[in-house]
Amino acid sequence: MSEQQHIDEATGVATTGHEWDGIRELNNPLPRWWVWTFYATIAWSLAYMIAYPAWPLISTATEGLLGYSSRKEVRQELQAAEAAKGEYVSAIAETDVAAVLANDQLRQFAAAAGAAAFKVNCVQCHGSGAQGSPGYPNLNDDEWLWGGAIEDIQTTIAHGIRFAGDDETRLSEMPAFDFLEPTQIKDVANYVVSLAGGTADAASVEAGATVFADNCAACHGDRGKGMTELGAPDLTDAIWLYGDSAADIAAQVRRPQNGVMPAWGERLGPVTVKELAVYVHSLGGGE
Amino acid sequence: MLNTSEVERLDAEAVNSAKVRQPLYAPRKKIFPKRASGTFRRFKWLVMLVTLGIYYLTPWLRWDRGPHAPDQAVLVDLANRRFYFFFIEIWPQEFFFVAGLLVMAGIGLFLITSTVGRAWCGYACPQTVWVDLFLVVERWAEGERNARIKLDKSPWTLNKVTRRTAKHVIWLLIAVLTGGAWIFYFADAPTLLVDVVTGRAAPVAYITVAVLTATTYVFGGLMREQVCTYMCPWPRIQAAMLDENSLTVTYNDWRGEPRSRHAKKAAAAGEVVGDCVDCNACVAVCPMGIDIRDGQQLECITCALCIDACDSVMDKIGKERGLISYATLSDYNANMSIATAGGTSALDPRRVRDEEGGRLVDGLAHFHPAKIFRARTFIYFGAWALAGLIMLYALLSRDRLEVNVLHDRNPQFVTLSDGSIRNGFTVKLLNMIPEPRVIFLSLEGLPGGLMSANGIDQPEGRSLAVPVEPDRLRTLKVFVRQPAAHVEGTAQSFRFVVEDKASFETDTYVATFNAPEASQ
Repeated sequence: MSEQQHIDEATGVATTGHEWDGIRELNNPLPRWWVWTFYATIAWSLAYMIAYPAWPLISTATEGLLGYSSRKEVRQELQAAEAAKGEYVSAIAETDVAAVLANDQLRQFAAAAGAAAFKVNCVQCHGSGAQGSPGYPNLNDDEWLWGGAIEDIQTTIAHGIRFAGDDETRLSEMPAFDFLEPTQIKDVANYVVSLAGGTADAASVEAGATVFADNCAACHGDRGKGMTELGAPDLTDAIWLYGDSAADIAAQVRRPQNGVMPAWGERLGPVTVKELAVYVHSLGGGE
Repeated sequence: MLNTSEVERLDAEAVNSAKVRQPLYAPRKKIFPKRASGTFRRFKWLVMLVTLGIYYLTPWLRWDRGPHAPDQAVLVDLANRRFYFFFIEIWPQEFFFVAGLLVMAGIGLFLITSTVGRAWCGYACPQTVWVDLFLVVERWAEGERNARIKLDKSPWTLNKVTRRTAKHVIWLLIAVLTGGAWIFYFADAPTLLVDVVTGRAAPVAYITVAVLTATTYVFGGLMREQVCTYMCPWPRIQAAMLDENSLTVTYNDWRGEPRSRHAKKAAAAGEVVGDCVDCNACVAVCPMGIDIRDGQQLECITCALCIDACDSVMDKIGKERGLISYATLSDYNANMSIATAGGTSALDPRRVRDEEGGRLVDGLAHFHPAKIFRARTFIYFGAWALAGLIMLYALLSRDRLEVNVLHDRNPQFVTLSDGSIRNGFTVKLLNMIPEPRVIFLSLEGLPGGLMSANGIDQPEGRSLAVPVEPDRLRTLKVFVRQPAAHVEGTAQSFRFVVEDKASFETDTYVATFNAPEASQ
């Protein structure tokens, strides 16, 4: 510049030559460390763009020299997680489910894994706490339609209940007793209520006992204690799948509902089924 | 009597002074501190030896903890969430002990500052200690002050390159050792050392060493006094801790001014002269690059090296020591009042000397240790001691056996086939000693209540014996059942009691038993 540099009188600092309404801009350079940091960030960003995916293309993006991709990272992490579980998973695969239950370490691992699998596959019917709902058994209690031993639970999960797609599924259906007289149905319902300790009309109970012996005892047993081999529920306890009132019971006699549970063995594989069985058994009702 | 000719005048200029305030963004002036020698310098060497010794050696102290815990006296075991400090073992929920230590350190710093000023800054602060150490290296590689200034100005000859390289290499070596020592606090030191050297240690170990190496090298070697002046908040805060009875490094201008480089001639000519011969020794030794004669200032870390430098000059010219000294503001004001005849006249150092102009007069104020005991220091000490006592009490009375209970919310209760009601609980038993023990978990209250647990092969009952591993937490799924006949209301209160029958330790958790509304 041919012009002589202007020095600000007050501060003794050179000005840039810019002036607005008499206000001049001081030429205070940025601190050197600041400028170098700024350059370093530029260099870093350029290097970053070369090393990592950066530029969007029409259907993809530049890959970057390091070949980094977040999906690949996720895949690796999942593999690592699988590998970390591998020791336990293979041990569970090789071990009989009762033996898994006996081994404290395996039991804890299986129960945790089973709880996760339960949250994905079972809560839709049995509820998030396995507490069930009318028609869907509560898995926390100690009544088991098909047996509460760990092997029974395993079989139920693997092959389902009345599931057409599985040859080994648990089968048995309560037939509809709509051929009985309405009074007979009323009587037998009252009898069943009395079996469970409820209050019912004595005359009706007495008549109902005969109806029960003729029609129901074959499956539910002479005393209504049920039969787990057939999935026939115990009618003398406090737990009722479809309601405990005489009306509920009468409805179930006239035109019974028969719950269906899919077979999970094919879909989840034997290890997950074992884990689920251990988890369900750990809920406190297992025999 | 005055032998000013013997005192070499140093060409030292303060980096910042009251007379010529540097603009805030002025480039840094390099400081080449001269080696001081004297009482305070010796004290600083001692403090350096002790603090560095503690830092580098602590992780190597062993402490027998039996087979269940690492044998390291001081260990922050992040992986297992334990903190070991000699005979004390701290669990994560007891971290308030560490918070308490920090509170004590904070109040302790207030206490020290209010009595002896910035003693922390001058002697014990890691920044001071490592800068001092780095200066030893610099002096070894490049020589004393004048040689260093000359070398700094000289072109890049082979000599300069060699000396500079040697200095930086040793600095980096110290920095690596410093960063290296840090990681040993977080893992078993001998094991980790082998792992680090053989390249098997976790990446976080190497990253930590790298970061601390970088900060040590940059802060201790390159930035030095700038860390104290610009980065550290403490100089700004410390003013609030100081009062007129706090010791600070003080230039006693009541006997030093007016300073004269030619005191002998000036005295002969009948001029008034003070004791300061303006030799600049105090400025040359200052690691902060200030001139203490400008008065107390933010940069001063009260390392007292200027006192050492000035005392040796006073010895040389046959004056009493203490022209620069540790003094309180009240003493300084009293003496200043004598020198100015109660403020009625200009400063005349002859007033503080006897008739012949020789000895300092007897009436001068000197620091008296009793001044330490004043309201401010009592309050700080009281707060400090209170924090300590609370921690001590907490430490002596803390539980080594604990029970924590989580009530299952989903479902809240289960009706069993015999009509009894069952609640599920997640019970956490904490065995906080490094010995295995059998903890008895019992029910208190809840008539007729019975208990069973997953993984505990014992018959249903009121009490379960649970083995718990040393220094571990055991989580149990516990089922509590109450027969229908005993169920009262929808929510009954009862207690889980844990007991170690060997040590008689117990802990209790008040829990709730839920039942359905219609249950009979």
